[in-house]
Amino acid sequence: MCADIETILDRYHWDRTRLLDMLWAVQRQQGFVSDGSVAALSKGLNMSRHDIRETLTFYHFFLDKPSGRYPIYLADTVIARMQGYEAIREALEQACGCRFGSVDETGTFGLYETNCIGLSDQEPAMMVDNVVFTELTPEKVRGIISALKQGQCLEEIVNPGGNDRRTTAYVDALVKSNIRGRGDVFFRAGRDYPALLEKVLDLLPDEVIGEVTLSGIRGRGGAGFPTGTKWRLGRDAEGEEKYVICNADEGEPGAFKDRVLLTRSPADVLLGMIIAAWAIGSRNGILYLRAEYGYIKAYLEQQIQAFRDAGLLGKQILGREFDFDIRIQMGAGAYVCGEETALIESCEGKRGTPRIKPPYPIQHGYLGMPTCINNVETLAAVSRILEEGGEWFRSMGTGESTGTRLLSVSGDCEHPGIYEIEWGISLHDVLEMVGAKEPMAVQVSGPSGECASVAQDGQRTFCYSDLSCNGSLMIFGKGRDLLDITGHFMRFFVTESCGICVPCRAGGVDLHQKIGLIIAGRASSEDLDDIRSWGALMRETSRCGLGATAAEPLLTTLEKFPELYQEKVVQPEGVLLPSFDREAALQGHEQAYRMLVQEEKQ
Amino acid sequence: MSIDISIDGQVYKARDGATLVDVAAENGVYIPSLCYVRGKPGLGTCRTCSVRVNGKVMTACTVPVADGMDVEVSEPGMAEMRKMLVELLFSEGNHNCPSCEKSGRCELQSLGYELGMMVSRFPYRFPVRTREHAAKQIWLERDRCIFCQRCVKFVRNLETGQKIFSIDHRGSRASIEIDVSLADKMPPEQVREAAHLCPVGCIVEKGVGYNKPIGQRRFEIKSIRERALERKCR
Repeated sequence: MCADIETILDRYHWDRTRLLDMLWAVQRQQGFVSDGSVAALSKGLNMSRHDIRETLTFYHFFLDKPSGRYPIYLADTVIARMQGYEAIREALEQACGCRFGSVDETGTFGLYETNCIGLSDQEPAMMVDNVVFTELTPEKVRGIISALKQGQCLEEIVNPGGNDRRTTAYVDALVKSNIRGRGDVFFRAGRDYPALLEKVLDLLPDEVIGEVTLSGIRGRGGAGFPTGTKWRLGRDAEGEEKYVICNADEGEPGAFKDRVLLTRSPADVLLGMIIAAWAIGSRNGILYLRAEYGYIKAYLEQQIQAFRDAGLLGKQILGREFDFDIRIQMGAGAYVCGEETALIESCEGKRGTPRIKPPYPIQHGYLGMPTCINNVETLAAVSRILEEGGEWFRSMGTGESTGTRLLSVSGDCEHPGIYEIEWGISLHDVLEMVGAKEPMAVQVSGPSGECASVAQDGQRTFCYSDLSCNGSLMIFGKGRDLLDITGHFMRFFVTESCGICVPCRAGGVDLHQKIGLIIAGRASSEDLDDIRSWGALMRETSRCGLGATAAEPLLTTLEKFPELYQEKVVQPEGVLLPSFDREAALQGHEQAYRMLVQEEKQ
Repeated sequence: MSIDISIDGQVYKARDGATLVDVAAENGVYIPSLCYVRGKPGLGTCRTCSVRVNGKVMTACTVPVADGMDVEVSEPGMAEMRKMLVELLFSEGNHNCPSCEKSGRCELQSLGYELGMMVSRFPYRFPVRTREHAAKQIWLERDRCIFCQRCVKFVRNLETGQKIFSIDHRGSRASIEIDVSLADKMPPEQVREAAHLCPVGCIVEKGVGYNKPIGQRRFEIKSIRERALERKCR
């Protein structure tokens, strides 16, 4: 067996649940994961080669063939497309000397598209190895590529000040945090974490859960499950071990609040995890960090180490009979892993396939043990709830949506960035606050949410029973092509479907094709009926939230902006449907005929 | 413990925690299913056993019954969705029944008949998929794979438990793969089992094709519905 692979296997104790880490390690060393490495891993882990490949080929950022010394991933998002994406794409192709989807002749650059990398407030943006470049211009791109060609290393280019990768300064050198609107819950300076934790550990776990329940806080990831209830179930669940997982797989296009929380207030999140562990009785925590945020990993590890050094993590925390530690699990590029059971599968080194529910993770999660998964923002908020009290938290917001939440705002507005809002604020007020420019539509909660019409929905409020926002808010001004945007969102779901269930895997492709027909002016009103009916099928019968929401971009724009569709719909002429491409169909026949004739001649 | 559940308004006795699709069949209620194999854990991949449970759509192969559960099976909207899922499978792959070795014993085909499907309402995609015939005993006809995962989950190397079949890539790019060296170690009975387990004509045993005359094949003698209901309460 190759010595390098053996070292890697050793590092992860020959444990197949750490396959993602092993694949990352191989890729960092060799640039890609070769068949030989797959064979060596399969031998070491007693798995078939294709079993390794199941995981390897599932994730967008794992490469199974040489993909350039610098694989460049340009974020293809609707926001980037509003801000000069095409020009950047062209500049990259010219500078690198290859087309997207390929590697240049010298094997130096590979150009690839990727979905949102959590930088919608500073697009266009691209990811190269472990770093990102933001607010790209064609000149900037040419400069970066030419520097790389001249042998400068990535780190020098992206971090000319030579900041330590474990510091905020380093992260700040790469990306802006853009905190625009502050509130009472997040980004508080000067918190005394040891004192706060002392205070929490003086409470019984049941009292902690009681305080969280009293606060009324619900999961900030989008589903809105009451956190107190989840922790209660976690406390009551039977298991030799229990796990706390922080879901930092912020994959929803347009969302970037977790990136900023982890940059500006990582200790809030870590403290939230420790509180959760104390409440449910867990000794091990995992912070699942999306690959796109790889540049904050070293910084987060440093923060975790600082907590250990201060006695807030590790054995006998603050001198009590309470052990808890946290490891970071890097994702590898899969939106579906934001779904909690897919995330668990991924933590176990497998494909990010959502599990069948029930059982739910809180009973049967990571390694089959009770697992409490919370969003980054939920955990940060909990750390404040235990500081100020549940009553304090629920005095903000509305009766059923308590407290505040963070919005990641992007698109047509003066100040894209992070805003802390109190639940109950109207869409109109938010648009005013962020300086929206002639807003026409707002994508609330990203593609999986809804497309709201500013004219019709301006008075609607942000709360779980109305605009139940998961944190992503994209603003589209007058003149933006909503159908185009919808098509882009539909493609997003096609590329991110895990493929485990039929409606999402197959239905998504068909609906993506439908929006293409509409844009091309080759759809009839029958196609609109199909969209409604096929969309309902996906919504109802899909296995997980991804499939269930994948038709939403079409369904909600069709509901809110029917005129856009009506304008494009054509009346069938004669018996043929407008979607039937007569030319193409006849061409196919011609082609087949010619081939057959040629074969006969030979 | 015996509990009561209601299916389409009729109350039935059931064992607490038993799988809904089984409970229904035992009581003479047919819920179409495709990826499910009785006696094995539900896979929940094809979704064709979707029914409404207490108002929410769930797959009957993955739902344990509980007391007071209200199940709707034959409600027309629900039945239509199940049919649509089967149609989706027909248009997603290349399913050419007349030339398929599995015709007459194919669960997908049989389910298509059962649900009264004439043609798929979804655009036929005619994907180009390569077949894999490197294994000595198995011909893998990818055109017909429906990604049910039966082979992936239930066919393993007898000594090591390693996967023989697996899925590469994801979403619409997914592709069924076979580990040829492990496949070549399969005893003939296991090969036969695998071919039988495959609900469609994707895993085919080499050298024994068309061994049953037309008219005498599984679903030609008894429909998929009749076979599912054979297990009616013993």
